[in-house]
Parts: sequence; C-alpha cells; structure tokens
Amino acid sequence: MIQAIVFLPLIGALVAGFFGRVIGHKPAEILTTALLMISALLSWAVFIPFFLGNAEAYQVEVMRWINSGDLDLRWVLRVDTLTAIMLVVVNTVSSLVHLYSIGYMHEDPHRARFFAYLSLFTFAMLMLVTADNFLQMFFGWEGVGLASYLLIGFWYKKPSANAAAMKAFVVNRVGDFGFALGIFGTFFLFGTLGFDETFAVLSGAEGMTIPFLGAEFDAMTVICLLLFMGAMGKSAQFLLHTWLPDAMEGPTPVSALIHAATMVTAGVFMVARLSPMFEMSETATLVVIYIGAITAFFAATVGLVQNDIKRVIAYSTCSQLGYMFVALGVGAYSAGIFHLFTHAFFKALLFLGAGSVIHAMHHEQDMRNMGGIAKKVPLTYWMMIIGTLALTGVGIPGTMFGFAGFFSKDAIIEAAYAFGGPAGTLSFWLLVVAALFTSFYSWRLIHLTFHGKTRADHHTFDHAHESPNVMLIPLYVLAVGAVLSGVIFYDVFFGHAEHVEHFFHGSIVVDAAIIDAAHYVPTWVKWSATVAMLAGFVGAWYFYIRSPETPKQLAAEHPHLYKFLLNKWYFDELYHHIFVRPARWLGNALWKGFDDWFIDQTVVEGLGRRVKQVTAQVVKLQSGYLYHYAFAMLIGVAALITWAIAAGGLLG
Amino acid sequence: MILNNNILTIVTFLPLVGAFFILLTPGRDDVAVLNIKRIALATTTVTFLFTLVMWGMFDPDTAEFQFVQNYPWVGDVIGYRMGVDGISILFIVLTGLLMPMCILASWESISFRVREYMVLFLVLETLMIGVFATLDLAMFYVFFEGSLIPMFLIIGIWGGKKRIQASYKFFFYTFVGSVLMLLAIMAMYWYAGTLDISRLLQVEFPESMQIWLWLAFFASLAVKMPMWPFHRWLPEAHVEAPTAGSVILAAILLKMGGYGFLRFSLPMFPDASVFFADFVFVLSVAAIIITSLVALVQTDIKKLIAYSSVAHMGFVTMGIFTGNVYGVQGAIFQMISHGIVSGALFLSVGVIYDRMHTRDIAAYGGLVERMPRYAFAFMVFTMANVGLPGTSGFVGEFLTLLAIFQVNTWFAILATTGVILSACYALWLYRQVIFGGLEKESLKGILDLNAREMLTIVPLIILTIFFGFYPAPLLDATAVSVQALVDQYAAASGLAGAVQ
Repeated sequence: MIQAIVFLPLIGALVAGFFGRVIGHKPAEILTTALLMISALLSWAVFIPFFLGNAEAYQVEVMRWINSGDLDLRWVLRVDTLTAIMLVVVNTVSSLVHLYSIGYMHEDPHRARFFAYLSLFTFAMLMLVTADNFLQMFFGWEGVGLASYLLIGFWYKKPSANAAAMKAFVVNRVGDFGFALGIFGTFFLFGTLGFDETFAVLSGAEGMTIPFLGAEFDAMTVICLLLFMGAMGKSAQFLLHTWLPDAMEGPTPVSALIHAATMVTAGVFMVARLSPMFEMSETATLVVIYIGAITAFFAATVGLVQNDIKRVIAYSTCSQLGYMFVALGVGAYSAGIFHLFTHAFFKALLFLGAGSVIHAMHHEQDMRNMGGIAKKVPLTYWMMIIGTLALTGVGIPGTMFGFAGFFSKDAIIEAAYAFGGPAGTLSFWLLVVAALFTSFYSWRLIHLTFHGKTRADHHTFDHAHESPNVMLIPLYVLAVGAVLSGVIFYDVFFGHAEHVEHFFHGSIVVDAAIIDAAHYVPTWVKWSATVAMLAGFVGAWYFYIRSPETPKQLAAEHPHLYKFLLNKWYFDELYHHIFVRPARWLGNALWKGFDDWFIDQTVVEGLGRRVKQVTAQVVKLQSGYLYHYAFAMLIGVAALITWAIAAGGLLG
Repeated sequence: MILNNNILTIVTFLPLVGAFFILLTPGRDDVAVLNIKRIALATTTVTFLFTLVMWGMFDPDTAEFQFVQNYPWVGDVIGYRMGVDGISILFIVLTGLLMPMCILASWESISFRVREYMVLFLVLETLMIGVFATLDLAMFYVFFEGSLIPMFLIIGIWGGKKRIQASYKFFFYTFVGSVLMLLAIMAMYWYAGTLDISRLLQVEFPESMQIWLWLAFFASLAVKMPMWPFHRWLPEAHVEAPTAGSVILAAILLKMGGYGFLRFSLPMFPDASVFFADFVFVLSVAAIIITSLVALVQTDIKKLIAYSSVAHMGFVTMGIFTGNVYGVQGAIFQMISHGIVSGALFLSVGVIYDRMHTRDIAAYGGLVERMPRYAFAFMVFTMANVGLPGTSGFVGEFLTLLAIFQVNTWFAILATTGVILSACYALWLYRQVIFGGLEKESLKGILDLNAREMLTIVPLIILTIFFGFYPAPLLDATAVSVQALVDQYAAASGLAGAVQ
C-alpha cells in the first residue's frame, strides 16, 4: 500500500508531463487529481490504525542505491506514526490543491505541465517523509526544492517569477550546505546513515568531540546545528527566510501546497524525525528555540504592514513555523507536529481562499485595491473567516471548545512557559506578542479585503464573482479540518503523556515531563494567548473599521519604523550587499585579473614568448600548415620515445 | 576464448580500421561524404557494442587485470601489453558511448573536409581507448600524448574564429607538462627495469624519488584535468572547438588526468601522495570555489560550462587524494557522470549554436516557448550539473565530500560551498537562455530538437537519471579494484608513517 501511496503521484507526473500534449489538458488534470485522491484515501487508511493505536511501524525496501565501502544505502519506504501523520497532511492537501487547480488554472495554456509539477512535488515530498535514511531524506529534500523552483517560476515569462524561483533554490542550497555537512558528520561519527542504525548507537557519542574548523567541539552539537541549518533553509527561518515571501510569485495553489502546508514544514519534520539526536545537545535545542521564537516574532512584525494579500499569509506561515520550532526546541516534539498538522489545514484554507479572491478580482493581489467584496464572494468570505479563526487560535481556555489553531498554538505557548529558564521565558513572551500580531494582521487582511467600501476600480468590482464549485469544495473540506483537527486529535498529540507516548510509539522523542508541566502552567499563562488574540482583534477593528485614518497617521509619525517593517528589516538589501555583489565582483576579479591577466599574459606569455611569436606568425597562414605542426609533434613524440628506449636499453 | 583474449585489441583498434576504410572511400561528391559519415557512425557504434560486450564479460569480483595481452615488442623494453581492471574499464565504455553521438552531432555542422574530420575522430578514439587499455607505460605515454594531435587538428581546422590561438594554447600547456612526465617514465624504467604497469605497481620506489616522480606526473596530469591554476587553456579550447570536439575534450580527455592519478600517482608513489595530499586539496578546493565564481560572470555559454567543468574536476582530484574508498569510488563516478553530463551540455549548446551561430548568453532567452523538448533536456543536465540527488551528478559529489570530511573538515566545508555556487551559475544560465519571454526577433523561428538530435540527447537524459537512482552498475564495477587500491595505498603509506 505504501508503494501505491508514494508512486501513484509519480506516475501521474510522468504521464501528465510527457504525454500532456498528446492526451490533452483535461485528461492530464483528471488523471493526476484522481491518482492523488487515491493516494490520499490510502494515506488515511494507513494513518487511522496508528491513530487507534493498533498499527506497527514497518519498512519496505524498493531497491539498492549507493554502495561504497561500509556505506550501504537503499531506497526504503518507512512507515511509522510520524510518517503516517505526514502522509495524511501531504496527500490530503495535495489532492485538494490538485482539485482546486482545475478551476484556478483553467485558462492557463500550460496546465498539463502545471499538474505534472504538482504531482512531481508530491512524490518528492512523500519520498522525504517516508525516508529511512539521511540520504533519502536529502533526496526528497532537494526534490521538493526542484519542484518548488519549477512551480515558483511556472510563469516563466515574468522576470520577477524567474528571479524568485532562483532565489528560492539558492537560499535553500545554503541550508542544504549545512544539511549535507551534517550528514557527512553523522557518517563520520557513527559509520552509518540509516535512522534506526544511527539512533541505536547514539549513546556512544556522549561527550565525544569532533575536530571542526581547527578546534574540538561537542560532536552532537556540531552535527545537530549543521542539520538544523538545512531545516532553517527549507522552513524559511530567520536569516534564511528571504526566499519565502518572494516565492509568492508562483501560482496561488502552489503557495498553498508547497509554501504553507507541506514543503516548508519539512524542516520541522526533520528535527522531529531526528529528535533522538537533538535531545543529546542542549546547545542545539537552545538554538532551535531562539531561532524559532525570533522568526515567529520577526515575521509577524513584517506581516503587520504588507499590502499584498499573499505576502501577508506568507509571513504568517514563516511566523507559525517559528512556533513549531520553539515546540521542538523545548522538547515538546509532539506539540510541534500537532501545530504542523493543524496549520496545514487552516493555512492551506487561507491561501486557497486568497486564491479565490484573486481569481474573483482578476489577478489583483494588492489589498489596497480591494475592500467590500464580502457580498460578492460570500462563500469564500466565510471560508476565510473560518481560516482566520483557526489561525488566530479562537477558543475558550480550559475547555475543549476551539478552532484547530487554538489547541496546537496554545500547547506550544504553554510548553515554552513550562520549559522555563531564559530561553523558555523569552520565547514565551515573543510567542504571545506574535500571537497578538497574528490576530492583528489576520483581521487586517479580512477587513481590507472584504469589509468597508471598495477601493477596487469599478470594472473589477462589478465583475467580481464567486469561484466555481471545483474551487470551493476544497475550501469546505479544509474548513472542516480547520475547525475539527484540533479537538479530535488533541489527546494523541498533547493530551495525557501516556496517550501521546502510545500514539507516537517511539517514532519521535516524547518527553512526558514537559507535557505534564505544560498542562499545569498557571491560569494566566493559559489565558495569555487568548488575551493577545482578542487584543489583536480589537486593534484591527479599531484601525481598519472604526478609525481607518489611524494606520496612515501612525505610518506618517513613525516613518522609519514603518519603512523598516515594510522593507522586511532590509534583509534583501543586506544580503545583496554582503553576498551577491561581492561574489560577482570576486568572479570578475578572478577571471579578468587572475586568469586573463596574471596567468595568461604574465606567466604563460613570459614563459612562452617564443611560442607566442610562432603563434602570431602562424595565425596569418592557412590552416593547412597545421598538418606540419601536427606532424612535427608526432615526430617529436616518436623521437623522445626512441631516445627513451635507447637510453633505457643502454642502462638496462 | 578468442573474444576474451582479444577484446581489448578489438575495441582499441576497430576505429582505426574504420578510418582506413574511410581513406579508401573514393570520390569527393555528396554520396561519398554520406558514405564516409555512415562508415564513421557504423564503426563507432560497433565499437561501442564491443565495449558493452567487454563490460558484460568483465568480472567485477577481482582486482586483477582482465583480458590481458602481453607480447614483447620493441627491443624487449616496450611491450604490447593490454588489460583492464575496475578502475579503467568504465572509461573505455564511456568513450565508446560518446563517439557515435559525436559523429551524429557532426552530421550537418561539419561542412568541409569531412573525410579528414572523420578519420581524425576515429584515430582519436583509438588513442583514447588505448590510454585506458594499455598496461605499458611507454605505450601509455604514446596514447596519452598522441591524443593531443587529432584534438589539436580538430580545434585548429574546424574550430571557431580564434581557433589557431586556442589550439596552440591547448598544445603549449599540455605538452610542457608531458615532457616532464616522459622524463619521469625514463627514470622509472632505469630504477625498476620494466615498463610493465602491472609489475611497476609492485615496485616500491624510494621516498625521495617518489617525490620527484610524483611532481613530474603531476605536471602533466594536472594540466590535463585541468586543475586550478593550470586550467587556462580549457575555456579557450572549448569555446573554439566544434561541438563534437568539446564533447570529447570535456567527457574523455580531461578524464585521462584523473585516470593517471589513480593508475600511477596513488599506487606507485603512495608516500609522495600522502605528502602532497594537502597541496592537492588546496588546489581542488580553489578549483571548486574560484572557478565557480568565475563561471558566475561568464557571458559565453561554452566558457561557463568549461569553467564549471574545472570546478567539477576539483571534486575528482579531492576525492582521489583522500585515499579512502568513498573518495576514490566517488572520483571515478564523478568522472563518468561528468563525462555524460558535460558531454550532454556541450551537445545541447551545439544544438542552439547550429541554429543561431552564437554562444553569447545575451543572444538567447525564452527558448522554452518554441523548444519545450530542448528546455526539458537542458533542465535535466543543468540539475545534474548542480548535483541534484536523483541525477548522476549527485553520487560522485556526495561520495567525494563524504570522503574529505573523514580526512579534514576544513576542506570539507570549503568544498561543500560548491553546491551553493554551482546552483548559482547553472540556474542563472538556464534562466537567461531558456526562461523569460521569447522577445528577440531572430529567435522567433527557432526549431525544437530534430530526430537526429533526439538520438544523441535522449540516451544521455536516460543515463543521467538512471545512474542517479541506481548507480550500482558503476559502483559495483569499480568496488573491488578500488578497495584493493585503497588497501595497498593504506599499507604503503602507513609504512611510510612508521618510518618517519
């Protein structure tokens, strides 16, 4: 069954990609979507036994891969609780996004190719989550990167889309640089790259050091930090986040699938999968906490002022990923995966809803040119409201009433508080403030897009229309997930520690102490996120409904802060000046300066002035003369050999 | 048994027989030219089939030389000695594979002196296979240097505008180094009394002598690879060479350098190899980083790919001198993969050069609009060049980096930056040439790959992806021989360590 789940999307991708023009667009769309639906149903069939607690983990070998010396790598599909969760997330969202795209992309002349890419992405993502060794994970990792690159640049005529695609690939490669080194280090230390084999001998690495950059460091800290660098790239964490907002250049279904629900969570998945390793390095887990908390806060601040509807949601994604990393860092791995799970539903819902708005508004993405369209697209409007309620974490603390995000986000915030110490306290407060900002920018988005008087031009506004059913049905399904995925699955992800342990069955580290501690935090902590959420809601209402002039005044009064946020803390400019330009300058200097001037004109010309003279003469001559030179060379070789033999013969 | 005993002679000299027939073909008219092309294609195809047969008969479970032939020849000094092991056999198959594609790639683009062109290519094939098949050091030298001559002529006669300078630069660089290698070969003969490679492998040269021999071989092999900073001839030669010349240059001729390091430097001069390992690592890492940066600012498609070749060869030299099994197997894999991928990239450049007669990156843009098949092929090869897992380009890079990490983390970190830089230049090239709007008037009528071009490019796509997912055929072929080489190297160099 697992083979079918993984390879059906690949078959769809190959058929749609190679024969799309032969069989036509419609069959290609239907085929890829149908195969994904089957894959999704099978994924649930795999997951439910794990949920009910009566399934065992297993592995299926496909074939050999790389064998060299002691290295024995195979293509193996691994199924355990963590994988089953990811299968459900990936295939559910992917099949819905396929379905939605039939409507969203219906005018695109290259839609068969689009569906091929979507299915190819799904295949790579499935290879990532079913990986049984580091390198297969790396394969899936880079495979989803390729698919992301192709899909961001799908509209290849747009220079901005091409630039964004390349940026995504290159920034991810910076992360992969660390990931790769982490893999080399793991092999250096343990002599294997299989997960189970590595975890089995982990205890031997206690207190071991590794020579790194000329000094000795704690081995597990170095390796975990290198691996985490990969996670930072893929999950767009602070410092390596710059590609994600630009990735919004891709079609909106892509943003929903890849840049919200699945691929960007690969980093979270990786750290959870490798939780036994991260548990061995306190330093590494602290770094994970700080990076996660800073990202959650930083991205939320930038999200406050963005005007592009998709970019707001992109920064929101970035921020929510930060939450997940905090959970992983404090040792509440199951809470991080829980948030990954619920987030997939409501964030995909928000993105697809935004796509529906963009579709209705004739590809307008700037919220300054929207407003008041709630009545035009009522169904989309209500779906977006549900998504927002889930994202902002609406619910009543201490009860089981709440949207999905309420359960998972509060679990993280409580776990951060329970972790304590400087890292726990700081991340707790950053996450609470980020929750306030999240609520603010989410409602700002709703108000600017749907409420008030319209700022759209007459023509666009009059023609704004609700999306077809093929686009709305995925929204309904995701809305169900956004409402219910929290309450249904709370117990197995973050309920009683025993239940959580039983559910995960050793596929990730479950630390009962942190889960118990999170359950017994003071009441004010439990209410903090809810209060922050309410404050954000009221703030957005005041700024964008009650007194719409206030935001402009505020921006005018604090121009530097506003610019700073609007320009995303100036990271793009910073990187351009410290990486891009010096690289090009160096390249030119090394080429013109070293290669051309030093080697060519100074050294070689100096040594070979005679050859140069000969060359200059020969240039004027016919190429027929070349034969003479070639013949001379031949004679020369022969003469040297003869001499060698003669000399050898004499001495021998 | 007859086949078993003579197969190496057959694959080595069959092209020469074809060349002979081409010389005998009468006439200069179109019919004669077509016949000449057909003979060349048939000869190279049959040779390729024989190399496959040889691979099929090859026993991967022994490190001994196989299909050995050994006849005394010139004054009992030079012998007709042939034989292959897991280190050399794949290079012969690679040569066999790429030659028919080169003939096909030259089918229409070579418009004059077709007879001479084809003869030279067939002679070149014999010389290249000879390099990998011979077990006599003097014969090796003849094949190694002899292969310069046809390539020199191919660039000099059928090359671009600056072909003369380029071919002399090519000649100048490679010949200076080889004179030193010849002296070293003579010295080895004086010391060991034999030129038989299989016997030389058993000889222990004194450490001080090893140093000089190693340096002399290095002078020749490093230029051939080419290692930074001896690479300057390569971009020029590539830019001016006709498409098929570039393919052979990148895919096979460069590999002779790596093969030489594996066949001679490592096993025959182990103490010197240990001594110079860090030096090689420095140059390798310099190649990976510096030439990648230089590739980043190129405006000529062929130059960009040529510089990226130098960077990729950096992984090879680095892998070889780690002296562990991952590094050496990775280096061989990287050479074979680079042969396929860089060959394919130069074929791909040839496709658009034939249509537009320019290699200027700025002259292109938006080709995907009219050339979707071409765009797909170029994407596969670009990704292989970038070292994406699932392509053959990944396996060699991964193994060599894994190997260097075992030896020295500094070099490992610096070399791994190559994965970032290669993404930068390769994707930049792809974006400029393939993506964007098709706005240039001259490109509006450009045609997608034709059947002949598909015939050359599709097999390379398949191989690139196949070996990415299932590299076992290549790794299995090299495993035992590499293990033996590595064990011997460890024993010999370990001994040296004890003496010090």
